[in-house]
Amino acid sequence: MSKPSEFEKFTGTEGYIASRALLEAVNCAVALERPLLIKGEPGTGKTLLAQHVAEGLGLPMESWHIKSTSKANEGLYVYDTVQRLNDARFGSGDVSDIRKYIRHGPLGRVFAAADRHVLLIDEIDKADLEFPNDILLELDEMRFTVMETGDEIVAKQRPVVIITSNNEKELPDAFLRRCIFHFIDFPDVNLMKEIVDVHHPNLDTTLLDQVLIKFYWLRGQNELRKKPSTSELIDWISVLLRSGISQDQMTSHLPFLGSLLKNEQDTEALSKYADSGGELPKDWSDLGPRYNQ
Amino acid sequence: MFLDLFYGLRESGVPVGMQEWMMLVEALKKNLHGSNLMSFYNISRSCLVKSEAYFDAFDRVFARTFHGVEGELSASEELLDWLNDPKNFDGLTDEQRAALEHLDADELMRRYWETLEEQDERHDGGGRWVGTGGHSPFGHGGEHPTGIRVGGQSQRRSAMKVAEDRRFRDYRTDATLDIRATKLALKKLRNLTRQGPSDELDLDESIDETCRNGGEIELVFRPERINNVRLLLFMDVGGTMDPYYEPVSRLLTALHEERGLRDFKAYYFHNCIYEMVGTTADLYRKDAVPTADVLRRLDERWKCLIVGDGAMHPAELMQERGNINPRYESDTRGIDWLWRIAKHFNRSVWLNPDPKQVWDTNQTTRAISTLFPMYPLTVDGIADAVGSLVGAKPQGPKLH
Repeated sequence: MSKPSEFEKFTGTEGYIASRALLEAVNCAVALERPLLIKGEPGTGKTLLAQHVAEGLGLPMESWHIKSTSKANEGLYVYDTVQRLNDARFGSGDVSDIRKYIRHGPLGRVFAAADRHVLLIDEIDKADLEFPNDILLELDEMRFTVMETGDEIVAKQRPVVIITSNNEKELPDAFLRRCIFHFIDFPDVNLMKEIVDVHHPNLDTTLLDQVLIKFYWLRGQNELRKKPSTSELIDWISVLLRSGISQDQMTSHLPFLGSLLKNEQDTEALSKYADSGGELPKDWSDLGPRYNQ
Repeated sequence: MFLDLFYGLRESGVPVGMQEWMMLVEALKKNLHGSNLMSFYNISRSCLVKSEAYFDAFDRVFARTFHGVEGELSASEELLDWLNDPKNFDGLTDEQRAALEHLDADELMRRYWETLEEQDERHDGGGRWVGTGGHSPFGHGGEHPTGIRVGGQSQRRSAMKVAEDRRFRDYRTDATLDIRATKLALKKLRNLTRQGPSDELDLDESIDETCRNGGEIELVFRPERINNVRLLLFMDVGGTMDPYYEPVSRLLTALHEERGLRDFKAYYFHNCIYEMVGTTADLYRKDAVPTADVLRRLDERWKCLIVGDGAMHPAELMQERGNINPRYESDTRGIDWLWRIAKHFNRSVWLNPDPKQVWDTNQTTRAISTLFPMYPLTVDGIADAVGSLVGAKPQGPKLH
């Protein structure tokens, strides 16, 4: 049991800080050749993960962004009948070769490719209820048949499949059973500092502290409909840095709120709070016991 | 020890199956946990648990299985501390290794598929299959339908005992009204018709026309298909319906999310429908609208769905001024209103949350079921009701 495993391990990349549990889930999925299902709050880096797994393992990547109108077959291939009809009429191509009019979708391209790919299936819950079931077999066996030609496309190298979901719809059990699951928890303060450091290295620590105090305080407000997340924090810090804000302003104000709160009611709620004399937190001790251990 | 984790999870209501378990065994075989308890915890959670809603249950079972912590664990930090402490690990690895040495994953997998295939061939052999599986004929690496034995003593269980456990209860579709299954049942509630602007390419027709045109391309467009079903919901709230609030509100959520409907209206009543129906579930008088108005505005093409237990005092249904709700007065018998509704709409059904067996024992339920085709409020019942609303033939009692 103690022999070292022979697959390439993903250990995170310079641009992406991942928790240990996430790394292990990724490696587990890579080793078992199972799809990895990632859930979590919006803005916690679900989609970015695939890019960085691809980068970390040195593999090329394909993405398939799911929309409410997406059909399972589109991921495999599309038969362009209209183009063929057009070519037949105007004689601008060899219409006898039906393969010319079969266009592979992301899934099809990854299967047909000679080298191993990372495949991102983004926001699978956006699609129709039946959608996950429709790609079940293809993901399981990594093969499919082109109906029009009878060609069977078999994956030469099983791709690393990463699927993200925003929990808008429940996924079918049969689908879940085949996946490795990971829930991206909201990063705690220490992990968040590491994440910020990747995007904004050498940030003044007292300024960062102030930013994070305000940020976690905002997230703690139940009145807010849409809580700001990691990606918004990163944007906010960029704005703050460009505007050259001073330490004191940061302590007593919440400047450039628009990059944190994306909802009119939320902005109103906050200004009401300020109007009624509400205090902004200035120190970690203002945030309650969770942040003061 | 490992099996304790598996069955502990199942007992705590975490839906873990054979496939997840095999996945974990495979991961452990590949030594992904790297002889480290924390990694073992992460990997087993990733493999076995498929929703963050069960993480807490997993933590508790994990702690109980590997730490001996009984009952509630106050905070998951406690568990994490314990996991990170290397001292706790030495004892476990030996057991882990011992357990895994007895295990040949490939062999188990092969056996598992064989058993599954065998069952596919014999659809009526369910009982027998469960029985033989329960006897665990494969020794240490033996298995039965919901689990895999990894080392340890084999406990023989009789087929009867296995059946008593009702381990397959969760798979019964008529017992649970889960949202996904309900939505799927409701999806059949559609009657697709082509309406609106012609903006979809009709391929078959285009090819036909092109041929007729001597090869000159002729594109034919047609309107997109849209759902033409209008659904009217009357729902019983309060009183005897209180125990069914949860399943019925699930049904409502499912209905609201089913945006494919052309139109959807919901009204609420208590026990029986009289002159007025509520537009909100709290039945305030100011929000009520006359039932006759509803019938006037909605034509017979609307599909009428009534959810209620139909159980009430006979006077509430059969007498004038039978309305039990003091906020409303009524001069017409409830049964007459129900009759008018049943007659007004081409298709109407009644969904009853009470089990089918008790319908006949209740006078009023029996009377109502002569007016409306009545179905139980279960996934199967909903599917039947939907079939009766949009299916080819109107079913149910004939009104005179």
